Amino acid sequence: MTAAAGLAVDSAAKPPAFWVPFLKDAVLAALVAVLLALPLVGLQTYDIGGGALGIRTHFDWVAIGGAAVFAGRLALRVLQQLYRTRPTGRARVLISIAAWGNRQALPITLLGIGFAVALPFLPFSSRYLIDLGTTVLIYVMLGWGLNVVVGLAGLLDLGYVAFYAVGAYTFGLLARDLDFTFWEALPFSGLVAASFGVVLGFPVLRLRGDYLAIVTLGFGEIIRIVLLNWAPVTGGPNGIGGIPRPSFFGLHFARSAPEGVATFHQFFGLEFSPDHRVIFLYFVILAMALLTNAFTLRIRQLPIGRAWEALREDEVACRALGINPTTVKLSAFAIGAMFGGFAGCFFATRQGFISPESFTFIESATILAIVVLGGMGSQLGVVLAAVLLVSLPEFGRAFAEFRMLIFGAAMVGVMVWRPRGLIAHREPTLRLGSSR
Amino acid sequence: MSPVPLLAVENLTMCFGGLVAVDNISFTAYRGEITAIIGPNGAGKTTVFNCLTGFYRPSAGRLAVHKDGEILQLERIEGFRIVRRAGIARTFQNIRLFAGMTVLENLIVAQHNPLMKASVFSLAGLLGLPRYRAAERAAVERARHWLDRIGLTDRADWLAAALPYGAQRRLEIARALCTGPALLCLDEPAAGLNPRESAELNDLLLGVRDEEQIGILLIEHDMSVVMGISDHVIVLDYGRKIADGTPAEVRADPEVIKAYLGEDEIDNAAEEAPLRPLAGREGGARANGAAA
Ligand SMILES: Nc1ncnc2c1ncn2[C@@H]1O[C@H](COP(=O)(O)OP(=O)(O)OP(=O)(O)O)[C@@H](O)[C@H]1O
Ligand SMILES: [Mg+2]
Repeated sequence: MTAAAGLAVDSAAKPPAFWVPFLKDAVLAALVAVLLALPLVGLQTYDIGGGALGIRTHFDWVAIGGAAVFAGRLALRVLQQLYRTRPTGRARVLISIAAWGNRQALPITLLGIGFAVALPFLPFSSRYLIDLGTTVLIYVMLGWGLNVVVGLAGLLDLGYVAFYAVGAYTFGLLARDLDFTFWEALPFSGLVAASFGVVLGFPVLRLRGDYLAIVTLGFGEIIRIVLLNWAPVTGGPNGIGGIPRPSFFGLHFARSAPEGVATFHQFFGLEFSPDHRVIFLYFVILAMALLTNAFTLRIRQLPIGRAWEALREDEVACRALGINPTTVKLSAFAIGAMFGGFAGCFFATRQGFISPESFTFIESATILAIVVLGGMGSQLGVVLAAVLLVSLPEFGRAFAEFRMLIFGAAMVGVMVWRPRGLIAHREPTLRLGSSR
Repeated sequence: MSPVPLLAVENLTMCFGGLVAVDNISFTAYRGEITAIIGPNGAGKTTVFNCLTGFYRPSAGRLAVHKDGEILQLERIEGFRIVRRAGIARTFQNIRLFAGMTVLENLIVAQHNPLMKASVFSLAGLLGLPRYRAAERAAVERARHWLDRIGLTDRADWLAAALPYGAQRRLEIARALCTGPALLCLDEPAAGLNPRESAELNDLLLGVRDEEQIGILLIEHDMSVVMGISDHVIVLDYGRKIADGTPAEVRADPEVIKAYLGEDEIDNAAEEAPLRPLAGREGGARANGAAA
């Protein structure tokens, strides 16, 4: 009995079906439209002749307008309603995908690496695609390098391209003046860039956030302007050309080599193809990027890596726990810069020519966008974002002038829907249960 | 148990421009004792801590720590080195955890210095040498010990930010303890705790004092905590020390009652309940609320 009463009460108190307010709303809107349209559209004056005005009625137009407003308003409300209820479903899907992704992190990573390794040999692969892949990987490596500074240590660096430039020019100068090869110059590029990281680090030790961003931005520009104007050494705007290509354990990628130097295709008894070098470059940067990743993943689990993250979270607490903020910051700058330097060295050998034009602020911005878009501190996110940011504009070439517009809109979209980046998940550096 | 002096503060003065936040204070803290520092809001308690832990450089005075038969002058040690050299760890009035890291990670970061040493500039760590692995295991064990003590073992892999307030306070204490301090400085650890949590905190602090034989400096407004567990109470008012003694001595001290209540109410207060009213001038509501 009570149950029945309860039911009755319930049905009485039940709110009207969801479409009733929509209908009311649409009718109201249509009414307003009709009222407005009556004098504006429904009654029209016209010249009867002799300067006199007659009135013509157009009530059919008014009716059409009213109906259009009614339908439009109703459609809008229904869409809004659908949109409001959908996200729970959509969010659930996203969350379950993310959870699945976390559980399957290792298989996904292996699959990704497998794909990257196999790419040059896949049937649809082309020289253009491998070139694009090489560019993407350069940005992946730069993103992983910057991730140490921005994602882990929380130091907003807008001048990261400076270290990329330093690495490239280190190789350029060593090659031009001292005949270094790529492999000989690679460690120096990293070292010199790391020293520049420390040099930048010192003056900004006390800065954080916006102030740090401005100073690092200035640093990036200073490096570029020095490269541009110190012509006797850097070649100024003409840059440095004739930078040697990398060799495969001493084997050169050329149609014919000078006496006493073996070429790759001769050694392996292959037909000469310019693609060999492209594919080789691709594998070099793939290996460099993977090493960067392995190093970063490992160092994150070491005291220094945890100190970076702790510094990002709370510098005062770090000091109170006996952590020296100076060395922690400088080490983050140095290691981030070192990877930038390596990438720069590769860039120089790939292009064979470098000039200050390649190291403008827009590069820094792109790398930072990759880190932020990917999800600060997330290694996988950087890959995703680099693929998106570097290859989408390429594929968008069909849209020509709308390319950048679409690109910008996509970025705004990601930041609106996933403000913490594509992959916001942070894996703990150690767990109580599974500590070795 | 004859107390061993641990920290001797002599004529500590700290000025900010014209404001004298701490005015010529001297006191001694002993190993194996809980020394409470109380006083109304703005009395200069946190400033004393900031001087001890190297966040401020004292305008005048000497801060001497007795460690392994040696005497260290705190004001000569660079701020971040004080934990390692002098063994002084602290918590903050506004909790300062590494919010985006897990509970366990917070405790491991606190052991940065020994781990860093074991990782030999990260080289041994990068190579995964046994020497480093052993050090990391030891660090996790130490963390697990304190997690057990504060009852957060089952939440070790939670983000610190996800913990309830009381647990965050305990975690911050555990984090300070993970540095292996000789002197633990706690800035209002009971603030915002409910009576049950506050009682648990008392037990924890007494346990730490007796088992670890370390000194504890305790800033607190909650009189149930102060009177319940401290061996020794120092009262500050307007940067000056106005009383120093056992809880019983301090609670009967007319100067103290005057500082806490204002001149007019002394007569009533002294007769009725000399202690309950220990509420700050501005902080009266807070202290009353907590004590009630
Ligand atoms: N860095 C600073 N610069 C200027 N004045 C300061 C600074 N730090 C503290 N003071 C001032 O010193 C005085 C003592 O502050 P302190 O924080 O030590 O008080 P407290 O006893 O901890 O108070 P509470 O109970 O509110 O925490 C206050 O007047 C405060 O404004
Ligand atoms: Mg305070």
